[in-house]
Amino acid sequence: MSRKELLSKIGLRADGRRAQELRRIRCKLGVFTEPDGSAYIEQGLTKVLAAVYGPHQVRGGRSKAQYDAAIVNCQFSMAVFSTGERKRRPRGDRKSTEMSIHLKQALMATIKTELYPWSQIDVYVEVLHADGGVYAACVNASTLALIDAGIPLKEYVCACTASLANNDIPMVDISYQEEVLGGPTLTVAALPMSEKIVLMEMTQRFHLDHLPKVLKEALRGCKDIKVILDEAVRNHLVNVGSSSGWVKNK
Amino acid sequence: MFTTKVFIRKNKIGNFLKNIREHYLRDDLFCGFTSCNVCKPEDTALSSNIENKSGLFNYPHYLILDTNIILDQMDILEEDVICNVIILHTVLKEVKHRSLAIYKRLNAVIDNPNRHFFVFINDHHRECYVPQEDTELINDYNDRCIRTACLWYINHIPDAKFVFITDDARNRALAEEENITTCSIEQYVRSIKENNLLEDKLAKRDYHVESDTQDLFPAHLTVTQVQEGIKEGRLHQGTYRASTSNFLEGFVSVDGYEDAILVQGRSGQNRAIDGDLVAVEIFKEQDWIAPSEIILEDESRVDTAVEEVLLKENELKEYSTGKKKKEKAKPTGCVVGIIRRKWRPFCGILQQDAPEGALYHLFVPADKKFPKIRIETRQAEFLKTQKIVVVIDDWPRYSRYPAGHFVRALGKIGDQATENEVVLLEHDVPHSKFSEEVLSCLPKLPWIITEEDVAKRTDLRHLDICSVDPPGCTDIDDALHCREIEGGMLEVGVHIADVSHFIRPGSALDVEAASRATTVYLVDKRIDMVPALLSSNLCSLRGGEDRFAFSCVWEMDKNANILKTKFHKSIIRSRKAMTYEEAQLTIDDKSRNDSIAQSLRNLNNLAKILKQRRLEKGALVLASPEVKIRMDSETMDPIDVEVKKLFETNSMVEEFMLLANISTAEKTLKDFPDCAMLRRHPEPPKINYEPLVKAGKHLGFEIKTGSNKELAISMDNAVKEDNPYMNTMLRILATRCMMQAVYFASGMFQKEDYYHYGLAVPLYTHFTSPIRRYADIIVHRLLAVSIGADVTYPDLLDKHKTSDLCQNLNYRNRMAQLAGRASVAFNTHLFFRGKLQDEEAYILSVRKNALQILIPRYGLESTLYLSQKGKKSIFEYNEEDQTQKYEDVVFHAFDPVIVRLALDSNNIQREKLVLQLVFPVVKGFSIPPLNEEHKRKVETDQKKTKAKKSKKK
Repeated sequence: MSRKELLSKIGLRADGRRAQELRRIRCKLGVFTEPDGSAYIEQGLTKVLAAVYGPHQVRGGRSKAQYDAAIVNCQFSMAVFSTGERKRRPRGDRKSTEMSIHLKQALMATIKTELYPWSQIDVYVEVLHADGGVYAACVNASTLALIDAGIPLKEYVCACTASLANNDIPMVDISYQEEVLGGPTLTVAALPMSEKIVLMEMTQRFHLDHLPKVLKEALRGCKDIKVILDEAVRNHLVNVGSSSGWVKNK
Repeated sequence: MFTTKVFIRKNKIGNFLKNIREHYLRDDLFCGFTSCNVCKPEDTALSSNIENKSGLFNYPHYLILDTNIILDQMDILEEDVICNVIILHTVLKEVKHRSLAIYKRLNAVIDNPNRHFFVFINDHHRECYVPQEDTELINDYNDRCIRTACLWYINHIPDAKFVFITDDARNRALAEEENITTCSIEQYVRSIKENNLLEDKLAKRDYHVESDTQDLFPAHLTVTQVQEGIKEGRLHQGTYRASTSNFLEGFVSVDGYEDAILVQGRSGQNRAIDGDLVAVEIFKEQDWIAPSEIILEDESRVDTAVEEVLLKENELKEYSTGKKKKEKAKPTGCVVGIIRRKWRPFCGILQQDAPEGALYHLFVPADKKFPKIRIETRQAEFLKTQKIVVVIDDWPRYSRYPAGHFVRALGKIGDQATENEVVLLEHDVPHSKFSEEVLSCLPKLPWIITEEDVAKRTDLRHLDICSVDPPGCTDIDDALHCREIEGGMLEVGVHIADVSHFIRPGSALDVEAASRATTVYLVDKRIDMVPALLSSNLCSLRGGEDRFAFSCVWEMDKNANILKTKFHKSIIRSRKAMTYEEAQLTIDDKSRNDSIAQSLRNLNNLAKILKQRRLEKGALVLASPEVKIRMDSETMDPIDVEVKKLFETNSMVEEFMLLANISTAEKTLKDFPDCAMLRRHPEPPKINYEPLVKAGKHLGFEIKTGSNKELAISMDNAVKEDNPYMNTMLRILATRCMMQAVYFASGMFQKEDYYHYGLAVPLYTHFTSPIRRYADIIVHRLLAVSIGADVTYPDLLDKHKTSDLCQNLNYRNRMAQLAGRASVAFNTHLFFRGKLQDEEAYILSVRKNALQILIPRYGLESTLYLSQKGKKSIFEYNEEDQTQKYEDVVFHAFDPVIVRLALDSNNIQREKLVLQLVFPVVKGFSIPPLNEEHKRKVETDQKKTKAKKSKKK
């Protein structure tokens, strides 16, 4: 028995959650006025801002433009103060570039790009505080920002992490502390309504026998997050609508 | 609800980092009371039907414990008397942080439903959580959390009464202020009605210092002082090892010094106990002294007899600080602080000579390495007849001995059952009965082979397979066959019991077997790794019965070159279970020509070639004096001690087992480069060989230790015609120079380190004894996967898990080996009880005041003291040549002697064999022989010397 357990015998994780509980999620749409759409999300202590510009004319080399679809440009960056030790470069390093590509992959799966040929959509995400599940928070924030920008989506794309505690019990939404303690972390981005997986990533190898239950837990996490995001979107609409007299104030 | 914990921590590089963590507060946590209608009910162990019977609190009550109670008084908590206890999560976490061993024991108590312990998660409870204040120390904060939880309980369940037990006076005072009922553990235990001498088990911790007593030991440095000292290089960290022969000497092995640091005397040892991690200060070089080489025993009687120790210390000083000694001086130092205690429960007896009615007694541990322990008991008269278990609580400066408390009695001194128990406990051998859960994993009887089984396995029942084992063996795990096939080739098969078929990964049986790791053989008892149904029935490859096996089949030519290796799971029927002797007779009996005899002959021939080839590569032939004790089958008393007989067939079986192990190692490593379980035997450092090389030099042989091959050759050459046993003794010495062979996960070491030095093979593992070794089960599982007969499971492929497992296996193996030896030693003593016997023996080494004697017939090694206590030795010790001389008689290492054996039963715990010299005759020292043969020998010798003397004249 090691001194550090991911899940204690009484069934609580180090921060007091149970295995299948998400961290507290708070989110807000329309936090900036300059971009076409923006959102802020907090998953536990992980805090992420997302801003969406577009669709607009393709900038830079026109050769990139596509005749049948919009191109999606993602940029991931982490504030230098977002981690315990200050980061040297907020963006452009290998890890950030990889994150940008993964983010693009998840978003491309849901944006109806075919509606905007010859145009471009920019998604900028900035991590203010990293406390585990950074990628997941970025995907969720981007979804909200895209909705705020009014870009047509097939459905919500949500991401969630899951891991395996004590080699047996799957647990969802991994915090930084738990990531460091060990155990493989599985990140899944999915379209929860159609149950399609658009991205899946693992930090470590783990035995095939465990994969189904961990994956199932991660997908359940995605669905739960979708419900929360959906509620936030509806609330936002009510707020925006009521100020313009569009919806009746409750 | 949600809050955050903020704390600042220093990282490895030395930067200060701010850490922020979430801390969720919940409202769905259960308080543990079924009568509560606020909380959501869950399972609870608390019961209103059970009562703690305390005179102090004359009503049903529930106990809430402070951390210090659990850390110090675990022995009390393990008693059934105390129940209905609420363990707060704050306490549980603190216990885990402070001592993992206590935490495990606490968990065992919590898991036992009869004890009615309940864990309440107060730190995540919405109403019990209190934030830590800015300047508050963590201990004070924890105390406050505990008191808050107590108050919450009092308000939450007004019907029930709660008693808060703590030994921290300040916490108790604060609790009383807040109107919490509280008392100390001592008060509480004293007031229990059915006390049952529970008081004896209270740990005594003196928190206050008696000022009038004289300090016998220097103070230890504080933790920060030690840390600073080590950082600055003034102090050194190392594990303390007590000398087995001299209670005032010990050694600390420290990085950067080739020799272990010698610490001597009370002030040098400074309350360190064997195994402790200590900080030592090394003296300046001119103050270094040599190890004393004398044997000293602690004989003090009463508790405060310091004079006796002073006397012995002076004696020691005389020996260590002679002028001549300077050149042999070793780095010397003294213990200045203890970094980590390695205290464990000790087995032993009470010192017999305490006055009647005394409250304080001295406890003498069975293992000489440990000091005596002072305990308080009210049942001394009874305990004096018993072997008991005691733990150390504390060792204050003013006390000559550590203070401890009694844990339990094992049984009457001298009983075989008690002694076995002691051996098992002292070597940490798990030996409780198999639990119901484990037994439920066993297959149901009658066990039959189904069609499905047959379809999955290769049917080898038509082959003439037989097994060869020592007599009386019931756990037969290997069988062999050999037959001629086309092209003049031979097919050789080694069939190993398929234990992994019955023990499925992750089952309770598997977990238990992994923890036991090996079957332990005592002289009259076997502690099985797996239940008897498997070990001596279903897995045992008994003659004439169908059994599952894992077969390794080679195609070989007549020169024992392997052409093809095949592994498969099989069904076999052993034709006969033979003993080594039977097999040998079958081979030698020319009239027998049946297939078994032929196959044995073929095997034997192949084995000889294999052995020859192995020896050419540099494999070592080592020896150790192994004996077998014959027991009277009714009384279970030892009736004879004999050296194990070896036949050619022993070596035959061994060769094929080695071959199977090597083949398996190659196969599993190829398929699992990262997580194969292998066995390595590291080359010993050159310094280990020193005694061997020295002994060889005195005899005029050069022992080369450059490589295993050189060593093997030089030992083969070291033969003296007039002393045939000498070579064996050299080999015994060589065995003692070796390192331990260990299991490891292949992913954790470099390829070069896989080498097995003793066998001279690059790869080795254990495959052939899955009934009695857990390592083999793992190897079976790996092999089964690589031939597609089974599936993997997560832990099998995790090199870190495998590595952890290996550590346990290595530890248990070592302990099992030691336990076996201890058991043999005890029974040998039992055999010599009331006997006097003259025996031929050899001098193994020459010491300053003694000769180390080896008696081959009994495989015994013992000390022959050359000087009586307090008297000066008549012998002259020559350190250079390692000889002892008196007049004409000179003792060299390896000289033959005759000694008389007798058992000294004065010390009932440590009966020891006493040797007296019979031959050669030394006037005023040796004693006359007992039997005729020896008498004649002595006489002829005397005539010879007389003749010599007269010639000289």
